[in-house]
Amino acid sequence: MSLLTTPAGAGATAAESVRAALQRRERDVAGWAMLLTLLLTSFLTLAILTALLVQVVGESGPFLAERRFDFVTRPIGSDPDKMGIWSGLYGTIVIGVIVLLVAIPMGIAAAIYLEEYARPTNPLTKVILINIRNLAGVPAVIYGVLGFIIFTQWLDPITQGKTALAAGLTMAVLVLPIVVITSMEAIRAVPSGLRDAGFGLGASRWEVTRDHVLPYAAPGILTGTMLSIARALGEAAPLIIVGAITGLLPRTSLTGEFTAVPILIYQWSGRPKPTGSEYSFTQSAAAAGLVLLVIVLIFNAGAIYLRNRFERVRIGG
Amino acid sequence: MLTIADLRGNPKQRRKERGMRVVFQGAALLTIVVSLLILFVLVRGAITFLNEIDWDINPLSDTGWFPRRSRFDLRTIVVGSLVMGAVSMLVAVPFGLGTAIYLSEYAPPKVRAVVKPVIEVLAGVPSVIIGYFVLRVIAPDIVGRLFDPENERNMLAAGLGIGILVIPIMASVSEDALRSVPGSLREASYGIGARKVTTVVKVVLPAAVSGLVAASIIAVSRAIGETMVATMAGGFDGSGPYSGLSPTESGLTMTAAMTNAVGGTDQSVGGAPFQVLFFVGLLLFLVTMMLNVIGARFVARVRQQY
Repeated sequence: MSLLTTPAGAGATAAESVRAALQRRERDVAGWAMLLTLLLTSFLTLAILTALLVQVVGESGPFLAERRFDFVTRPIGSDPDKMGIWSGLYGTIVIGVIVLLVAIPMGIAAAIYLEEYARPTNPLTKVILINIRNLAGVPAVIYGVLGFIIFTQWLDPITQGKTALAAGLTMAVLVLPIVVITSMEAIRAVPSGLRDAGFGLGASRWEVTRDHVLPYAAPGILTGTMLSIARALGEAAPLIIVGAITGLLPRTSLTGEFTAVPILIYQWSGRPKPTGSEYSFTQSAAAAGLVLLVIVLIFNAGAIYLRNRFERVRIGG
Repeated sequence: MLTIADLRGNPKQRRKERGMRVVFQGAALLTIVVSLLILFVLVRGAITFLNEIDWDINPLSDTGWFPRRSRFDLRTIVVGSLVMGAVSMLVAVPFGLGTAIYLSEYAPPKVRAVVKPVIEVLAGVPSVIIGYFVLRVIAPDIVGRLFDPENERNMLAAGLGIGILVIPIMASVSEDALRSVPGSLREASYGIGARKVTTVVKVVLPAAVSGLVAASIIAVSRAIGETMVATMAGGFDGSGPYSGLSPTESGLTMTAAMTNAVGGTDQSVGGAPFQVLFFVGLLLFLVTMMLNVIGARFVARVRQQY
């Protein structure tokens, strides 16, 4: 009861106040506001994707339920009740195959050169690397202009003008930088010990690349390949410039007039419903969109799955 | 005894080695050829265009974008691209950046493992499907309801669609920048008693700022180069001295002017209305190239720091 505080008493008071300060639950208003905002933006981003899928599936659902495979196998036309997307699907498949045959080997070869052969200090190597980065950022529509001149005019004897072949080659050029960049990343991730072991046994650089580097980098390269093909199948702008057909297309062939699924969606999305028909063009557009989404997402999801799987395996040893 | 000849390997092996090297080098050099061809094709076409137009009537700065009447007012399409680009950034920056900060700083690993692939899926959605979505949902249900229902295909609708399209690129480049900020900076901040929100806002964001600027610049470049959504939903109106700055008006982008030059009847007309394709292409090429180079500089700066 003394008025004088003893050192022990002062210590107890201080300890008490520190404990109280540490245990007091202050409301972290700014922190909560921040977290809430971030959650909201992330949630809305996911909601947009959901709304997109719901719209595509919702509008095409009843239409596809009745048309079924008929819609896939019939050619395009002017009557939404009867027409299908076969003409477009043919063009899209041709584009995918040409990209696979042209852009993928060339892109991997360029990546091998840049990672395994070229000296990083060489000025030419630096120019090539900067150039590939820049090419990857060039808008797709400009590749269309390039393809229009090179593949439908200069190489007309081979491609026969505005054909599926010309469109496929244009798309191959479009995705080339993506193939190179993703393949380079995959090759760079190969441990140098593998190469040294090969060289130590007297293998040439090509032998080391073929037998050790490429097999190890294969999952990464495959990931890039799938992403590139997905990109090529979804693009529409270059095809418009190269000269995709938008009206009737009675016959599909490699060196004939062509169209592709993205072009059909572009055409049908804004077209009014014809009088007297049960279904509208927008329903056809949604159904074509669903087909394209399924194709593209299979490639994309496959690529993402492969990458995640191999990242885990490699890190785990 | 071991000789130099033994170490060199057999001649067949060396010939093959040299052959493969030439093949690989050829493939790498082909990418340079592609760039040179793009430049050549665009410049040649642009010169042809400039030679064909009638210079007496100020074709590049007078009365709107009417190719068949020889009116190529560049301001119309540049303003169109800028307005739609600006609208798209209003969508992409907050959503992309918010998602990136959440994924990098807040999200538990399990949430991240789900959200990140979903964002990557969004990145894979073809732009025509976004265009379809704009025409069927955003234009009638959002833009048409809020503003003039008679004029629902306008720069606002197209800009929103382009914004959705560039959210993933904004998010992924920003997230890379945020994750490259070393953990020691965050720990130092916590060590002196800072809260999470203080650490994120005052330490992590400033440290990653050049990466975030790079992400925005790359996103702008993508938005300006985006073709399908702008063509489908922009309204395709090249009238006026140049279309107004108001996003609720119809507008024409550089990219839409390019598809316009090829589509419809203009192609059979030939001459300047078609050749303008190359002139606008060159303009678009130079603008996006400039943005990409500036963006790459900022990315490189992040790499240097850490």
